[in-house]
Order: sequence, then C-alpha cells, then structure tokens
Amino acid sequence: MTPEFWWGTLRALIIIAFVLVGVPPVIWWERRLLSWMQDRVGPNRVGPWGLLQPIADGVKLFFKEEVMPAAVDKFVYWLAPAIALFPAFVIGATLVWGPNPMLTPVADVDIGILWVLAISSLGVYGIVLGGWASNNKYSLLGGLRSTAQLVSYELAMGVALYSVLLVTGSLKMTEVVARQQAPLYDVLPWAQNWFILTPYGFGAGVIFLICMIAETNRAPFDLPEAESELIAGFHTEYSSMKFAVFFMGEYAVMAMFGAIFTDLFLGGWSPLPLNWDYLSAQASAAHLGWLSSALSFIGGAWMAPVWFIGKVFFLLTVYIWIRATLPRLRYDQLMNVGWKFLLPFAALNFVLTAVWMLFGWLAFGIAAAVVAAGYLMVVGFVLRPRAFKDAAKVHLVDVQANTAQTIEVQR
Amino acid sequence: MPGSIGCPLAHLGPRFCGKIVEPVNPYLPIFVMIALASVICIAMVSLSWLLGPKKSTAYKESPFECGVAPTGSAHERFPIKFYLTAMLFILFDIEVVFLWSWMTVFRGWVEKGTPSAMYSFWAVMVYMVLWFLGDFYVLRSGALEWEESKTLHPEKFGKAVDEEAPYVQPVSEDAA
Repeated sequence: MTPEFWWGTLRALIIIAFVLVGVPPVIWWERRLLSWMQDRVGPNRVGPWGLLQPIADGVKLFFKEEVMPAAVDKFVYWLAPAIALFPAFVIGATLVWGPNPMLTPVADVDIGILWVLAISSLGVYGIVLGGWASNNKYSLLGGLRSTAQLVSYELAMGVALYSVLLVTGSLKMTEVVARQQAPLYDVLPWAQNWFILTPYGFGAGVIFLICMIAETNRAPFDLPEAESELIAGFHTEYSSMKFAVFFMGEYAVMAMFGAIFTDLFLGGWSPLPLNWDYLSAQASAAHLGWLSSALSFIGGAWMAPVWFIGKVFFLLTVYIWIRATLPRLRYDQLMNVGWKFLLPFAALNFVLTAVWMLFGWLAFGIAAAVVAAGYLMVVGFVLRPRAFKDAAKVHLVDVQANTAQTIEVQR
Repeated sequence: MPGSIGCPLAHLGPRFCGKIVEPVNPYLPIFVMIALASVICIAMVSLSWLLGPKKSTAYKESPFECGVAPTGSAHERFPIKFYLTAMLFILFDIEVVFLWSWMTVFRGWVEKGTPSAMYSFWAVMVYMVLWFLGDFYVLRSGALEWEESKTLHPEKFGKAVDEEAPYVQPVSEDAA
C-alpha cells in the first residue's frame, strides 16, 4: 500500500466522519430553530441546551424492537434504508472544502459534478424500494410520488448546472471553485467571481436551490412523507434503527447538498467574495504588515474549513426557515413547478450563458429581454387559456353548489 | 488562485506541499469510500436486529392502516401518470446528456477564438430549439396534467360547460 492510498483513505474518512458527527447537531438545530420559529421551547433537557437529545434518541432507537410486518419482501425491506443512507456518504467524494490537495477532495476526478448528480439519484432507490417492500398502501403511494418527484427535479437540477459548467469549461469541482476565485466579472481584481453574483449563475443558483430542497424531500416538497395524508409515506412500516437510518440519510444528504451548493455557487471556502491574496498584497504594498498577514490568514488554508462549514450551516438554516414558512404544495402544483417553470428556465439560462460567452454582455441583455417577452407570450397566449377554461369550470361548480342537494354530494 | 494559497503542512517539508500527489488510479479513493460507506450502512441497518427485543404478535405484524384491518393487497394498480413521468424523464435526460461533452470544450474554443466556437454554438442552438419544441409539445399535449382521471369520472369533465347539464350526479346514485 502506497502513501497515496493511505492519504486517499484519510480523505474519505474525513468526509464520512463529517457526515456521522455532523448529523446529530443538524437534527438538534432543526428541532430547536423550528421550535423557536413556532413559539415553542423544543428539546432542552438532555445535555446543555438539549444538545445531546439526538444522541439519546439514537441510543434509544438502537435498542428498540424492530417491528417487521408479516407480508413484507424481507430482503428489500432490510436493504432499502441502507440504500437511502449510502448516497449521503459517497456524494461527498468530489467535494472540495479547502485548498489543500492532500486533504480534499477525496478524488479530484474529471467527472466531479457528474458524480454528484449520479449519486444523488441513487437515493430514490432506497425510497421506492422501501415503499414497495413495506406491503402498505401509504408506503406504496409515498414511494411512487417520490420517484416521480425526484426524477422531475433531478432533470431541472442537472440542466441548471449547465450554465455553471459552461463557464467553467470542466466538470472538476476544483476547477469550478478556481473559476469562482477569478476577478469578479473578469474585471474587478479585489472581488471573487462567485457564480451567485453573476446573472446567469444567480438564475442557476435559485433553480438549483429549489431542486435540492425537492431532492431531499424537504418541506414544501415533502409529499413523499406527507404525514397528514400518507402517514410518513415510504417509512410508515419502518421502526427502530431502520427508521433512524432513513431519518439520518435525509439530514446527511441535506448537509451534503448544502456543501455542494457552497462549492458550485458560493465560492467554496472563501468567507466573502473578496480576493484575499490581492487585498493582502495591496496591504503589504501600503506598509500595513499586520493587515496583510491578517487578510492572508482569513483567506488562507487554516480558516478554510471554518468558513466552509459556516456556509453549509447557513444553508441548513435556510432549509429549516423554508420549512417553517411555506405550506406543502399539492401534487399537481409540485409537478407543474418542476416541468413548466424550473426545467424551461434552466434550459433558457443555459442558452443565455452560451450567448454571453460568445457575444458579451450586450447580447446577453438583449437575449434575456427577448426570452422574458417570449415566455410571457407563451404563458399568456398558449398555456393560460387552458387555465382560464379550468377556472370557468370551477366557477360553474360554485354557482351550482348553492343548492342544498349538491352540497351534500360534494361532501 | 488556488495554487497561491499557503499550504498548511509546509513546515513538514516539501514532500507535503511541493506537488499534488496523484494516486496511481485517481478513482481508488472513491472505491475505498464506497467500501467504507457500504460497511457502515449495512452495520447500522443490522445492529438493531441484534440489539432490540423480538416479541412479535399478529397485531404488531399487520400493516398500518389507521387502526382498521387492512383489506386487499397493497400492491395495487396505480395511475399511469407515474409511468409517463418516468418515460419523459428518460427522454429529456438522454437529450441533455448530449450537451455534456460540448460544455467541457466550449470555453476553450471561445478563449482561443477558433471557428469551432461559432459553429458549435449555432449547432447547439438548433438542438435547443428542437429541445424546446419537444418540451412545448409535452406540455401542450397535457402529458403532465395531474388532474382527475377522465376515464374514472367522465361526468366531471366537459358536460357542465358544454350542455349545461347538472354538474354532479344526484345523491341516490352516488350513495349506491
């Protein structure tokens, strides 16, 4: 075994340890923050501020009885939670969390972002197999809903990434981050070109954020496990540690998607979109040695994990905030958002990015205006009339519902 | 630029920071990671079976249906729309897969100013126009409309608008 092999194993262990150690605080933070947003106290008894609550829950779940319904497909039932948790560990294989090539990423391979998309779609197997094997009608419906939802949003997610990849010209995560450390708009030397700050990257980032919330089955896209209609959906029949593994997988994938979003749109490990090396050199040229060393320390390799985890934490907070704010979508609304809004806009964003790369900002602005006008035309004259017809039907129902007999039938 | 940021292990010697050490096979760490993750996942799923009590009764073993006894098989027929969505996903996914290779080379062509940049740009634009036509056809044909099934509830569609007939069935028929 060569030293390279052991370094690679160390890199893999860092990511796996990050997932295993990071999930309990994330669960605690979700429960506490959600409680505060809902004017409750939340778990505060086990350990300081209730921090040990997820650990206590985990230990309890390990020693609970595993209730397996009679007619389940035993092997698939047993395997499904493992398949659901597996992507959470390996999706980070191409994740960059710092500048040191000895420690990150696990493997700087040419297929970096393709790997993320491929592994993130593995998660659907755990959910659909769990739903199918449980021999429960709610679970089956949850599994089916989840499949349709995940494949729909995966498409939009992949296409949204195209504009970022087009500008980077590579699928390597390290290249994507390096591209974001270039001067902002290739003009301002003191700022970094974070993709979220560019017009095409902002569009792609918003679409990617919506899609990653849908991909992790989080509110408002948590239809597969809608507790009020499907009684937890695909994991209705799961108990004990198997339930906990599904639960853990969801939170770990949330955190990993937060990290991927950080790499792709928020400039990786740099705390602010500022070019720290440039600022440090400027400070030392102005004979401010302490400022220079402070700036290079802030943007340096030692602080990189701190800023990176800080950004992931911020994105997790956004997840929880969205969950506390938005109600769940109806199923047809969910599919409409994915197919009629996110997918066409992601594709248009991709086309506009290509226009910008070849013809510059002016052409980009003109093309964006044309696209916006075209979209309004399409929505106004082609797709909307259908909606108006439906609205007329609904109106008619309301009129007829005034009779007592009809009201009874409607209930 | 990533190369210019200081290496935290520089004091340990040039062996750690002088060069990027590539394994013989760059995918090797990924395989290690897959192996470790598989072991952890399977261990977590199996451990509760070893540690927890096992006292099974007929009531515990019945599938959960809100407290009533389950009827029929759970593997029932389900709406064809799910299948249609999966088909559309595969079609669109294959369509966009062809763009991946172009994305990796386009930036280089633009920076070098080769004629390939302009040529491939217009080729991709033609492709994307066809893509949008396909997308538009799918939306317009109603393949993604998740409304109530017209075959199961024909009385709810069309009649009330067209013929001013009663929109819903009388109580007696519905109850029967």
